[in-house]
Amino acid sequence: MSGAAVEIIRTKDEETETVARAVYEHPLPVRLCHWLNAISLFIMVGSGLQIFRAFPSFSAKIPQKDLLHWPKAFAIGGWLGGGLQWHLTFMWIYIATGLVYLGYELFSGNYRQVLFTHRDVPGVWPMVKHYFLFREKPPVREAYNSLQKHAYTTVVVLGVLSVLTGLAIWKPIQFSGLAWMMGGFHRARLWHFLIMWAMLLFVFGHLVMVVLHGWNNFVSMLTGWKRDPEY
Amino acid sequence: MTPKIPDSNADSKIVDSKIDERKFKQVNRRELLKLSPVIALGGFAIPSLREPLLKQGLGFSDWASARLFRSGHLANTFADSDLTPLEEFPLNGYDVDDPGVILENWTLTVSGAVRKPGEYTLAQIQALPRTRQNTRHVCVEGWDVIGRFGGARLSDFLNLIGADPSAHFIIVGCADDYYESLDMATAQHSQTLLCYEMYDCPLTREHGAPLRLNVPTKIGYKQAKYVTDLKVTHVLDKVGYWEDQGYSWFYGL
Repeated sequence: MSGAAVEIIRTKDEETETVARAVYEHPLPVRLCHWLNAISLFIMVGSGLQIFRAFPSFSAKIPQKDLLHWPKAFAIGGWLGGGLQWHLTFMWIYIATGLVYLGYELFSGNYRQVLFTHRDVPGVWPMVKHYFLFREKPPVREAYNSLQKHAYTTVVVLGVLSVLTGLAIWKPIQFSGLAWMMGGFHRARLWHFLIMWAMLLFVFGHLVMVVLHGWNNFVSMLTGWKRDPEY
Repeated sequence: MTPKIPDSNADSKIVDSKIDERKFKQVNRRELLKLSPVIALGGFAIPSLREPLLKQGLGFSDWASARLFRSGHLANTFADSDLTPLEEFPLNGYDVDDPGVILENWTLTVSGAVRKPGEYTLAQIQALPRTRQNTRHVCVEGWDVIGRFGGARLSDFLNLIGADPSAHFIIVGCADDYYESLDMATAQHSQTLLCYEMYDCPLTREHGAPLRLNVPTKIGYKQAKYVTDLKVTHVLDKVGYWEDQGYSWFYGL
């Protein structure tokens, strides 16, 4: 059904009337991965911040210069051990979801819909002008515009980096090469933290766009079908 | 403007069929139901299920950690210039309490699956080849320091006491009622020490005199201080002080 588009008709007393168009935009594996990832990312961020609370610094232990005191109310797990339990449990769900998603995108060819390539470069600036300077909206030709592709491609890269930096912190000896590439154990911890904020920035923008684009768009991520697409 | 999709799906994007509104709703409902596996994660929201689920998750991480552990792979060692000064080597809050070890009377009590159980003196441990290494000490809290540790290889000591090579675990007990355990692969690792020196001097009281573990391939809380008992065992009947509070058992770095 992937890529299918339909006209929706209403039948009344043998009279038919076309009421809408709909496009099957999000295949089931994408929707499953999206929601599993939404939940696991939420848990990973919350429990990660709980772990961060135990040593909220990126410099020496003595003297300890705290970067920020993250409130306990915005952390998951209640204490360091609890945070670690959540983090070390959901990281497997997070990684598995990511692998299934990447595998599906690659083998189904669905990645063409969302991967940012050189062809999308000219479309970026008009979209930036539209979103941030309120200029006219460029014509919609595809499910995702250039800027969306850029965002969705970047966040996948960030997701991969979040796992790699995480592995470097969890196993700096077994993955010593990885830790070395991050600039050592210390730096890996900082990268892991910064990547989290970059991902949260994406999530914020993503949620704003979900609100702006309305109900049909939101429903499409649940059922796959988008009613009244713009293209 | 004609819709134009520059990819292989171009043809299928053209409206190809008509669908009745009622049927469309049915299709949508069916697609929504297909997401139901996600609800399984709701198990984590149920208090009585949460604890066993997280325990499983932590157990899986420990299992994976043991698989990832490479016996021949060494932890990084560092130059003397990279060392954290001894005064800045952190102590945890428990170390302010003196466990009251009388150094002259101290012995290591060896038991379990060994040919020569009994009391071992510090001199017997010091008679084994001495290893000195500058390795990283990583605390579960997230900080790390580089320290200089010296002592006998635990593997040499296990030879001395005639440990059963098929035993799976080492359990240590401490004068301050702390306890810890190691998997045999880690115990046999060439950087795992029965440590009696830090910075080329005998261990100070705060750092666990007269004997502590130095296991560079493991997290900080595995480096038990004030060690008084060592048991070689097939069954892990005692796990660890922090592990019993809910921390990971294997926690290999």
